[in-house]
Parts: sequence; C-alpha cells; structure tokens
Amino acid sequence: MANIGVLIEIEGGELKATNFGVITAASEQGKNDVYAIVMEGAAEAVKDQLSAYGAGKIVAADADGLAASPDLQAAVLGAAIQEYSLVGLVGLASARGRDVFARLAAAQGLPMAADCVAVDFAAKTVQKSHFSGKTVATIRLDAEVVLATIRPNAIEPVNAPVEAEVLQFAPAVSGPGRVSIVEAKLSGSDKMDLTEAGVIITGGRPIGSAENYKILEECAAALGSAAVGASRAAVDAGFAPHSMQVGQTGKTVSPKLYIGCGLSGSVQHFAGMKTSKVIVAINTDKDAPIFEKCDYGIIGDLFEVVPALTEALKEK
Amino acid sequence: MQIYVCVKHVPDTAANIKIAGENGYNDSTCKFIANPYDEYAIEAAVQLVEKQGGEVVIVTVGPEAALATMRGAMAMGAHRGILVKVDGQFLDSDITSQALKAAIEKDGAPDLILMGKGAVDTEGFQTQYRLAAAMNLPVINEVLKLTVDGGKAVAEREIGAGSREVLEAPTPCVLGATKGLNEPRYPKFPDIMKAKKKAVQQFTLADLGIDAAGAKSELLKLEPVPERSGAKILEGSTRDRVVELVRILREEEKVL
Repeated sequence: MANIGVLIEIEGGELKATNFGVITAASEQGKNDVYAIVMEGAAEAVKDQLSAYGAGKIVAADADGLAASPDLQAAVLGAAIQEYSLVGLVGLASARGRDVFARLAAAQGLPMAADCVAVDFAAKTVQKSHFSGKTVATIRLDAEVVLATIRPNAIEPVNAPVEAEVLQFAPAVSGPGRVSIVEAKLSGSDKMDLTEAGVIITGGRPIGSAENYKILEECAAALGSAAVGASRAAVDAGFAPHSMQVGQTGKTVSPKLYIGCGLSGSVQHFAGMKTSKVIVAINTDKDAPIFEKCDYGIIGDLFEVVPALTEALKEK
Repeated sequence: MQIYVCVKHVPDTAANIKIAGENGYNDSTCKFIANPYDEYAIEAAVQLVEKQGGEVVIVTVGPEAALATMRGAMAMGAHRGILVKVDGQFLDSDITSQALKAAIEKDGAPDLILMGKGAVDTEGFQTQYRLAAAMNLPVINEVLKLTVDGGKAVAEREIGAGSREVLEAPTPCVLGATKGLNEPRYPKFPDIMKAKKKAVQQFTLADLGIDAAGAKSELLKLEPVPERSGAKILEGSTRDRVVELVRILREEEKVL
C-alpha cells in the first residue's frame, strides 16, 4: 500500500462532484491508502461522501490565514507530504488546483504534471495532452513524490466505500507569502462551471446574439445538470463572456456528452473538448469539419433542431 | 519600468503534428508562432511602458529559429530581446526557468516579469511559478485584469463559472497572462521593419552555466490522439432525428 494524497475542493460550500474521479485515480482500485486533504474546515461534513469513493483518511488541514494565501495552501500540502509519507499527491486541474500544485512544485523543486488524464504512481508516469490535444504525452516524473493535477471528469469515479477517520492537521508552516487574495467577486449566478459539468451544450457564431443562448439554456435544463458553452467566434463577437469559452484560449472540458451547435470544428476548439466521451454536432453545413470528428451528427439549423431536442428530452 | 516578457516559440495551434521517433515530432514542416497566451503578456507590457515609461525586453529559450518569433514580439512594441539557444524540442520547465532567471539577472533588475499562463505545445503551466520561486518573487497566474501602480500589482483571475478573485502582490513579481487581459495589437508594416533592427543578444545554456542534464521530468513517449472516424449522421424529419438522438444517448451511450 502506498499513501496518496488528494486535494479536495469545496466551492461555495459544495463539494465538487469532480473530486470523486480524482479519488478513484488516487486509489488505483484500492491499491493505495487515500488521504483526502480538506482545507475549508468541512472535513467532518464531507467525510461520508469522500469515503464512498475510497478515501479512508480525511485530513482536516488548518493554518492561520490559509484561505487568503495560495502560497500557504501550497506549504500545507508540502507539510502533508512529510506528515503522511505521501508518495503521490493529486488534485483537480481547476483554477485553484492548477495554481496551488504549481506553487507547491516550484517551492519544493519537485517535477509536476498538469491536466493529466491518467496517473501510474508506481511507475511514476502520467499521460497528458500536448499540442492542443493533438498528441498524448507519457511523462516520467523523477522524484520521491508524484505531483499531478487531473483533468476534471477525465477519470470516471468508481464507488468503493471504505471506513474513514478524520485526522486533524495543523502544521507549523512559515509565513503567508507575498500574494494575497483580497476579494472574491462572485458571479452571483448559480450556473455550473463548464469544467465541472457532465453535459455541455455549446453555441457557435451562428447563434447570432447573447439573447439566443436562451434556447441552449432551455435545452441544458432539459438535459439535467448541463452547462452552456460558447465558441471563440461567439465570444469574440460579444455574444457570450470569456468564462463560457471552450477551446484553446478558453476552458478545457471533458464531459460525458458534448453537444456542439453551429460549430465548424476548428482544431483550437477540439483542443478544449476532444476528450469528451460522446460528441454530437448540429450544423447546417454538411461539409463542416466537425462532422468528421464527432460521434453523431444532425445536419440542420440549430434554431429548429435545439428546441425540438429540448421537447424530446422533456418527454418521459 | 523594466519589464521582461518571456515568450515561447511554439508550433501554430492549427499545425499538423507528425510524430517522429519515440518522443519527438517533425518540426521542419510546421509553422511556428509566438505562444498565443504570451501575446497578452507582450501587449500588457507594452501598454504599461507606453503609460509609465521604461523598457520591454523579450526573453526566449528556444532554437535559433525562434528569432523570427522574437522579431514579431518586438514589432508589437518590445524594445529588444535575449535568446537562450537550446537544441532539443522539449526542455524541462525547471531548466527553462533557470535559463530565464540567468538571462534576466545578467541583463538587469526587473520591475515586472510577464508571460502567458502556459504554453500551447507542452501545456505544462508551471514555468512562471518555477521562475518566481527561483528568483524569490511572488507570482500570480491566469491574470485577466491587471493594474500595476505604486509598487503593487493587483490582478484578477477567474475561479470558475464567471466568478473571479482579486489578488495583490508587491512588485517586482511574476505574472501569467490569459485571454481577456487585453487585445494584442497587430503590428503595422513600419513596426515590422523597425523590429528587424532591434538588438537581440544570444547565449547558450553553457554560457549561462546551466546543465540541461539535470531535468527531473522526462518525455517518454509522444503519440497521436486518434481522431473519431466520422459521425453517424441521423436522417429523417427533425422530430425523428432528435427522438432517435435522445434514444441513442439514453439507451446505447448511457450518457443521459
């Protein structure tokens, strides 16, 4: 048994569902002891949800000023590696995970791989995208501890309940560093982040206006817990904010189902969504490149097809 | 202000990547560009210097061919460049950050170091953190709004679903730029001509006392990602097609 740590993310009081796939990756079918590190003071509250996926140790980590200091969060992770003899530490390749893992790797002089789709702790290898998703790289991390962030939704969570205990962890870590989070500007909407969503429906430039995204939002509601995305062309045209952009200069997503409406299928867009499990395209142009790179296609006008799809989803 | 902008020379995002050997690719057939995220960093640096005065220096670790990419960055308004020449296609981010540090420190005292949030070739997303740690500077990445004034950088980054956080760090610091920070300018012809005459100093890793053999991560294998072989196109009336799609997604693919 090897000890593997997982940085757990709780946002707005909610445990992100994408944490579970990371626990599955850390456990390697029960081969490893998983230490789930919770920094938001909610270890007891999330214990049962985490142990259902195989985390047997829930580490309640605390330090003065932790929430406002990304460098301190990295230092606490470094201390946890020592305290629990971790040979691997993984987390989500989210805004927070990407940042804290890179700080940790840099501070400790350890190699680290970002946005991985597979990790093998014994071999110390990871697989990750290179060249905008056109190639997959196998990288060996030559260190005592394998540090990696994992693409949200890339690894299917597996239910594997274990008995869990909560460990209190208040390491003596030095100063908060010189970077401080001084304010959170919450969007105020209850929209799900694209990278978290299991289903995404995206509108390209033919959507024509910001208001027209309403038809995608209605379809997303009928799909269940789905999020609405936008192409770069739609964002550049001012139809949607950059936070909704999927692709090269936007977000990288890996949902179970990706429905692209009015997308041509550029390399840059595919860089951000090609690891989706099932890709559906709706486009009026039968020669659009997207039809060569997706699973199911409907040749037709999104303004006709999407409302019809919404109706069909609402039945039964 | 003395601003250093680290720019990576990368294959065009639209380029076809042909794997060569176990862990390389054919770089003689693809077009190279400045890493797209680095362009936001160049633009931010040029705007700061236009307002507050100072100098923008482009620092690149890459092959000799990267000179063309650096000229492009200088056409956007940077004043001069430093190229640390390396031979291989891939360089460990730790070694890259050592090279950047040595090149910058040899040249001057930075008030600010900017680069993109990550590079689109290796997608490593960590060099700015390693450079900051090596130089003992604070670092903020994925910056989409920035003010630098009075010895302080105030930056915003997205934390999910349109929510942002605001961070502060004293200067000098290292900042990683992302889309949203600005609109990188298209250089005009006279700027392109002028950029050809701007000075570029060149070093090798050995000149800077750096040994590339110390890498801690190793690219074992590079493989093409198989593309999907083409969509199953659904036929019939709109109604028939969406009903069939819903059936497939629910019953066959089990993703709904």
